[in-house]
Amino acid sequence: MPEAQPTAERTTQQSPEAAAAAAASAAAADALRAQDAWRAAACLAVDPVGLGGAVLRTDLGEVTEAWLAALASPLPPGEGLRRLPPHIDDERLLGGTDLAATLRAGRPVHARGLLEECARGFLVLPMAERAEPQLAARLGAALDQRSVLVAREGQQREFATGFALVALDGGRASDEHCVPRLRERLALHVDLAGLRADAPPALARGELEAARALLPGIQAGDEALQALCATALACGIATLRAPLLALRVARVHAALEGRDAIESGDLEFAARLVLAPRATVDPSAQASEPEPPPPEPPPEQPPDASDQPPEPRDPTEVDKLEDSVQEAAQAMIPKDLLERLAAAELARTRNGTAGRAGANTLAKRRGRPAGVRAGRPGAGTRLNLLATLRSAAPWQRLRGREAGAQAGGHAGGQATRVRVLPDDFRVTWYRQKKQTVTIFAIDASGSSALHRLAEAKGAVELLLAGCYVRRDEVAVIAFRGRQAELVLPPTRSLVRVKRSLAGLPGGGGTPMASALDLAARLMAQVGKRGQTPTLVVLSDGNANVARDGTGGRARAEADAFAAAKQLRTLGARVLLIDTAPRPQAQSQQLAELLSARYLALPQADARRMAEAVRLAG
Amino acid sequence: MRSVFPFSAIVGQDELRLALLAAAVDPTLGGVLVLGDRGTGKSTAVRALAALLPAMKVIVGCRYHCDPAMPGQWCEECRARPAKPRPKSAELPVPVVDLPLGATEDRVLGALNLEQALSAGVRAFEPGLLAQANRGFLYVDEVNLLEDHLVDLLIDVAASGVNVVEREGLSVRHPARFVLVGSGNPEEGELRPQLLDRFGLSVEIRTPQDIAQRIQIVRRRDDFERDPAGFVAHWQPQELALRKQILAGRKRLPKVRVDDAALEWSSRLCMRAGTDGLRGELTMVRAARALAAFQGHSKVGRAELLQVAPAALRHRLRRDPLDEGGSALRIERAVAELDAEDAAAGGKRA
Repeated sequence: MPEAQPTAERTTQQSPEAAAAAAASAAAADALRAQDAWRAAACLAVDPVGLGGAVLRTDLGEVTEAWLAALASPLPPGEGLRRLPPHIDDERLLGGTDLAATLRAGRPVHARGLLEECARGFLVLPMAERAEPQLAARLGAALDQRSVLVAREGQQREFATGFALVALDGGRASDEHCVPRLRERLALHVDLAGLRADAPPALARGELEAARALLPGIQAGDEALQALCATALACGIATLRAPLLALRVARVHAALEGRDAIESGDLEFAARLVLAPRATVDPSAQASEPEPPPPEPPPEQPPDASDQPPEPRDPTEVDKLEDSVQEAAQAMIPKDLLERLAAAELARTRNGTAGRAGANTLAKRRGRPAGVRAGRPGAGTRLNLLATLRSAAPWQRLRGREAGAQAGGHAGGQATRVRVLPDDFRVTWYRQKKQTVTIFAIDASGSSALHRLAEAKGAVELLLAGCYVRRDEVAVIAFRGRQAELVLPPTRSLVRVKRSLAGLPGGGGTPMASALDLAARLMAQVGKRGQTPTLVVLSDGNANVARDGTGGRARAEADAFAAAKQLRTLGARVLLIDTAPRPQAQSQQLAELLSARYLALPQADARRMAEAVRLAG
Repeated sequence: MRSVFPFSAIVGQDELRLALLAAAVDPTLGGVLVLGDRGTGKSTAVRALAALLPAMKVIVGCRYHCDPAMPGQWCEECRARPAKPRPKSAELPVPVVDLPLGATEDRVLGALNLEQALSAGVRAFEPGLLAQANRGFLYVDEVNLLEDHLVDLLIDVAASGVNVVEREGLSVRHPARFVLVGSGNPEEGELRPQLLDRFGLSVEIRTPQDIAQRIQIVRRRDDFERDPAGFVAHWQPQELALRKQILAGRKRLPKVRVDDAALEWSSRLCMRAGTDGLRGELTMVRAARALAAFQGHSKVGRAELLQVAPAALRHRLRRDPLDEGGSALRIERAVAELDAEDAAAGGKRA
C-alpha cells in the first residue's frame, strides 16, 4: 500500500524505542481513521440531503463495499444505493424521450432520468477522479438547487431531488483526485485506503430514526461556529461551503450521540472529516504568529434577531474549543499535503485557460452532444428520434393524402401512424477532444553532452510511436548557436522524424529566448488549426544568447524570461526537463514563469523522459 | 414553492450587489457576468435578485408577456389583435429563467409543437426559454460550460433582442429582450470574446477573509436552511424597502443628468486604461447613471463612476501579457494617472 510506505521508511532510520513509539502513534492514527470512516457512513445515512454525500478515497477493494453496506443497512425502504455510470448521457441522467412509447402513441412520451428515479437515496459514482466536467456540473447544480430543471428534447419540467452522492475516488497518483466541483459539495471526505473491512455493527434502523428526529432541534452556539470558521481559515480553506458543511456534520454527529447540543467531540469529528481533507495550508506552520482578535461584526448590517447577539462568554473557553478543533484538523491533514497542492496547481494550470477542458472539436459519435442537423444515420452518427419526428410532423396530412391516393384507398386502414421520409432524418452531432501536437524544443548547444542529445532523440521517437496510436502529432525545434530553428514541422510520420533527428548537429551557445519565441509562434499556429499544443523543453544549460543572436548572459536571461512570460499567455501545457547534472536555478525560475512542470532528469534516458512527457500530457 | 435566500441578507459582496441592482434599475445595461471561485455565493445572489424584483404589467394571454404600454415592442400576435377593445392586462412577477446545463436547442429557441402536429396536423409554435425570459432575466450558471451551439444563438439573440425561428417549416419571430446574467468559475475555461462582450458589467468575487464576516455568512446560511420560511419572513421588511428603492430608482432614471465633465472623464479613463471599442465607455456612464438613480442622486458624480468603472471595463481591457497586476489594479492605476494629470493641469492654469 503506498500510504504505508513513508511510515515504514521513517521507522527504519530511528532507534528501536522511537520506532516503536512512531509505530504505536501510526497505529493509533489508523485506528482513529477507521473509527471515523465507519462513523461517517452512519452520519451520511442520517442526513443525506444536508451533507450532500461523501468522497471515498479508495482502492475499490472490499472495504469500499463494506462501507457502502454500512451506509445502506439502516436506510428505510426507498432510500437505497444506485450506481451512476460515469459515461451516462443526458438522456439517461436528466430524462428524455421514451422511444418505444413515443412511436406507439404517435406523440412524445417522456422517460424519467436517473436523477428523477433516484429522488431519494444514494447515487454511487465510480471513478470520480475522471468524471467529466459536464457530468460534475449537472450533479453539482442538482445538489445545490435540490431541484432539477430539464429543458431538452421537447420537454420542459422541473422536479425535486433529495439524493446524496457517494463519489469513489480511485485516483492513485497524488494529482489524481475527485473533480473539485464535487469535492466542494460533498461534506465527508473519507480515506479508506489501507483500512481493513472489519466494520463495527452498523447503525440500526431505530437509531437512525431517533437521530433524524433529534436533528432539527440541535443548537449550534456561536463558539462552535467560531471554532469551525477559524479552523477553516487557518487551514487555508477559502470556500464557505466547508465550514457550513462542517457545522452540519457536527450537528449530525451530536444527533447520533443522542445529544441536543453540539459539543467539542462533534466539532473535532467534523474538523477531521470535513476541514482537514480540504486544507491547503498546514496550520501548525503558522501557529507561532498570534491570531488577531476577531473584529466586531460590521456595524452597517441591519439589526437582526437571527444573528443572535453574542452573549458575554469566557474568552478562554472559546479559545480552548478553537484550539481543540484546530488540533483535530491538524492531526488529520494528509502528510503529502504539499505534494498534493503542487499537483493540484499543476492540474489547474493544465486545465486552465486553453488546456484540455476547452479543447474540443466536432465529431460524429463520441463526446458530448453538440447539436442536431439533417443527415442520414449510420456512418457513425446517431438518429435523433424527436428531431426527426418534428421535421416529419408538418407533412403528415399531405403525406397521408398522397399515400392514400397512390394506394387507391385500400391502404388507409393499415397506414402507419407517422410517415417518415429519409429527408426528415436528423442526427445528433457530438463534440470530441482535439488532437494534441507535442512540440519538442531541444537544446543542441555545446553544453549538451552528445549522449544526452541522443537520449532526447530516443525519447522523441518513443513518444511518437505512442502518439501515432493516438493520432497525435510531433514537431521539433532545435536551438544552438545564434538562434533556434524548426527542424521538423508538425508531423505524424515516424520516418521523417528519424531522418531529421539523425542529422541534428550539436555545439554552440544556448539561444533560449529565440527557442521560446519560435515555440510560441508554432503553438499559436497549431491552436489556429484546431489542435492543442503541448511544449516540452529539454535543456541543461543557462541561456547565453540573446534574442538578436549576440552573446551576454544577463541580456540572454532577461530575454528568455520575457519570452517565457509571453509564451505563458497561450495557456498551453509546458514541461521543462532539466538534463543538467545538478538542477539549475535558472531553469527552475524559467519553469515557474512558464507555469511549466519542472522535472530534473540528470541521468536522462530516453525511456524515463518519454514516460515523464506522457504523464504530463 | 422553494424559498430563496433573501438578497438583503447577503453579507459583503458589494460590487456584485451593486451590479445586480444597477441591472435591475436599468435592464438595458446589458447584463451581468459573475466570475468567482467555488463557494463564494455567485448563484445565491443571482437567484436572490429574482425574488426581489417588482412585478410587471403584461397583456393577458400573451405568450411573450408583452408590455401593454409599449406597442412598439409587441410580438406579432399582439399586433395582429384588433386595437379595440384594449387588451386586458395583469401583473406578473418578472421572469428569471434558468438556462439549465444540458438544455437542447429546441427548448431554448422554441420549436414545433410535436403533439399538436402529429395528432391534429396543426403547425403550432411552442415557445422556448428565450420567450419565457422576454422582459426578464436569463440566468446561465456555469456559463463557461455552455455548449458552443447554444452560445452562438445566445449571442445573436442577446444582441438583436429578437428570436427568429426558421425550422421545421415554422417561420416565427418574437421579442426576446432579456438581461443576460452568467456566472462561472474562471478556472473552468474561458468565455468566447463575443459572449464576453454581450455582458454590460463583469464582476469578480472572492470569499471574504474576515473571520467575523465569514461567521456571519455561515450563520445566516445555516439559519436559512433550517427554517427557510421563518428566515424569509424575518427579512421581508428589508426586502420590501429594497424593492421600493429599485422602483424609485427606475422612476428617477430618465431624469438623472450626466454632464460633459463626467462624459469626458469617462472617455479619458477608457483611453488611459486601454479598452477595446466604445461599449465600455457607454456602459460605464449608463451604469453610473443607474447607480445614481438607485441611490437617489439627480446627477452622475465621480463617486458613481468610480464605483462602476471596474465592472464596466474589466472584461474589455486589451490583453497585456506583461502586466500581471489584474484588471482592477490597471483601472485603479489609470484613475491615479488621470488624477495626477488633472492636478498638473490645474496647477498650470492657476
